[in-house]
Amino acid sequence: MAGFKSTEAYIATRDLEVAVNAAVTLQRPLLVKGEPGTGKTVLAHEVAQSLGCPLIEWHIKSTTKAQQGLYEYDAVSRLRDGQLGDPRVHDIGNYIVRGKLWDAFEADEQTVVLIDEVDKADIEFPNDLLLELDRMQFFVYETRKTVAAKHRPVVIITSNNEKELPDAFLRRCFFHYIRFPDRPTMERIVHAHYPDIRKDLAKEALTVFFQVREVPGLKKKPATSELLDWLKLLMVEDLPIEALRSNEKQVVIPPLYGALLKNEQDVHLFERLAFLSRRGG
Amino acid sequence: MFAHLVLSLRSAGLPASITEYLTLLGAMKAGVAEYSVDDFYYLARTTLVKDERHLDKFDRVFAQCFKGLEPPEGVKVEDLPEEWLKKLAEKLLSPEEMAKIQSLGGFDAIMNRLKELLAEQKGRHQGGSKWIGTAGTSPFGAYGYNPEGVRIGQEESRHRRAVKVWDKRDYKDLDDTVELGTRGMKLALRRLRRFARQGAATELDLPDTIRSTANNAGSLDLKMVPERHNTVKVLLFLDVGGSMDDHIRQTEELFSAVRSEFKHLEYYYFHNFPYERVWKHNRRRHDETIPTWQVLRTYGPDYKLIIVGDASMSPYEISMPGGSVEHYNEEPGTVWLDRLSSHYRRSAWLNPTPRPIWGHTRSISMVNDLMAGRMYPLTVNGIDEMTRELSR
Repeated sequence: MAGFKSTEAYIATRDLEVAVNAAVTLQRPLLVKGEPGTGKTVLAHEVAQSLGCPLIEWHIKSTTKAQQGLYEYDAVSRLRDGQLGDPRVHDIGNYIVRGKLWDAFEADEQTVVLIDEVDKADIEFPNDLLLELDRMQFFVYETRKTVAAKHRPVVIITSNNEKELPDAFLRRCFFHYIRFPDRPTMERIVHAHYPDIRKDLAKEALTVFFQVREVPGLKKKPATSELLDWLKLLMVEDLPIEALRSNEKQVVIPPLYGALLKNEQDVHLFERLAFLSRRGG
Repeated sequence: MFAHLVLSLRSAGLPASITEYLTLLGAMKAGVAEYSVDDFYYLARTTLVKDERHLDKFDRVFAQCFKGLEPPEGVKVEDLPEEWLKKLAEKLLSPEEMAKIQSLGGFDAIMNRLKELLAEQKGRHQGGSKWIGTAGTSPFGAYGYNPEGVRIGQEESRHRRAVKVWDKRDYKDLDDTVELGTRGMKLALRRLRRFARQGAATELDLPDTIRSTANNAGSLDLKMVPERHNTVKVLLFLDVGGSMDDHIRQTEELFSAVRSEFKHLEYYYFHNFPYERVWKHNRRRHDETIPTWQVLRTYGPDYKLIIVGDASMSPYEISMPGGSVEHYNEEPGTVWLDRLSSHYRRSAWLNPTPRPIWGHTRSISMVNDLMAGRMYPLTVNGIDEMTRELSR
């Protein structure tokens, strides 16, 4: 079986590979959770690339309705056209606007559908998509037609855990929790993104990075995407390696910390720690 | 074939269903896991577990099903029966070592000392020579060197070559009985929101109006809906000062979560135990107190009362007149708590101290009895239980 594997640009752990392959083989949705910045959204891009299919992205907002993914009936245009005497008004099909899932179902080849941040939407949102994702078909009331998938798409759903998802929805999905990468995995990830980074710089930066994550009481721990941004900045600035080096006792504020710490309180916390350790040491 | 695993998962409280079991079998048949045990573990995990909170539980059950090594779920070290420890010790100790135990005062003496330590010790411990923990020289704990040692909570021999993936228990932190952030609280408190549409139809339903107007071929058709409002009213009593100072941060987190969830929310502060006066502003607690009677008169029985406090105090503060540490109270605290809990149809007590140690503090069990068992720990699970009780 060919299946999904780590690529040069995306390092997937073995458990993630198994989860993706199970979802692809059994043609069921894969629900991906994990800390922000651990590559949930990027996963869909990589799966699409490795399967060689087009990716259809559906980003969910708090106002998104499940129906919008299927189709929308533009009653207001029809009303206006009716009052203007437009001949198009006689065919209701002219006012049906296709949604992302319709596009995916009607596509001539298999597609990968990314439903991004499903937890942002209303609590009933996943329930409204149960049947559609299960059978990969839906009924258009206005035109009395059923739209069924020509090729069942690979559906990848991401969630940030802001809302609990209903059991019935979960039963139909495979689930994977992306754990924060450990140091060896992180080294592979860094290498995959910046193959020409200086070895000593990467080593020191990773040490600082994991130290920052260890600091108790951080509101938002920096994750993979923050690390990659920060490394890029470090490479561009070409800082001397000593700026990163800190001994066991002293806490230093990492240079260009703006890329790592995204929260004002976290920066304050860090400054206080650095002050204390200077005074103590 | 793997029905055993699914049944064990269900009895451990993990919501795995027949649908998921069939999916697992389907995936096996399709050759997703091929012939590797690790892959099978990953596949079973991705199929049967749907929430990261359950990952740790799954690891434990999986290990048990396929190795039978770990103790069943729910047995904490503190609950280990004495016979079990005895047996374990007998198995581990050679006759010479057993003889040496006599130097410590005999087996019963060791067991008694162990019980004392278990009661005394609060957290995890490593190293050192007195506490129960790991890698020390105390007679109790795991991975130790003392020949009289009693091994507690060591899952496998130190000499085993490698740790299996599921034995790493990487997802321990995600277990929902410990973690508590504002976000998790909100999830639990959402249960309390019972949106009910009631009253007269006063709001213009714009989408429905447009739809009906369009269906009417352009002649306006107005549609109205009743106003949506939250029917849940909450009265919060928060313990401040004294022994609660450790928990103030947690309480504030709860407080900020609650505040955004309800329309009708009233909060009052008290110290240690609610008596005849409470106060609204913590800073001016000595000048501006409000009689508790007034609170009872102002807020009707339909309010849901939530008291947040660690309930850790001298038993006299609860049961005796004049027991309060701050002033002379004419009526004992029990009378006031009875008054509060009989006035409000739904009430609960949230306690920030962890549930396993409630039994060790007399005042906590007293309060729990007074609340008829409606005391819940300040964790996501505890809040979930509480909201279920409150909204019944």
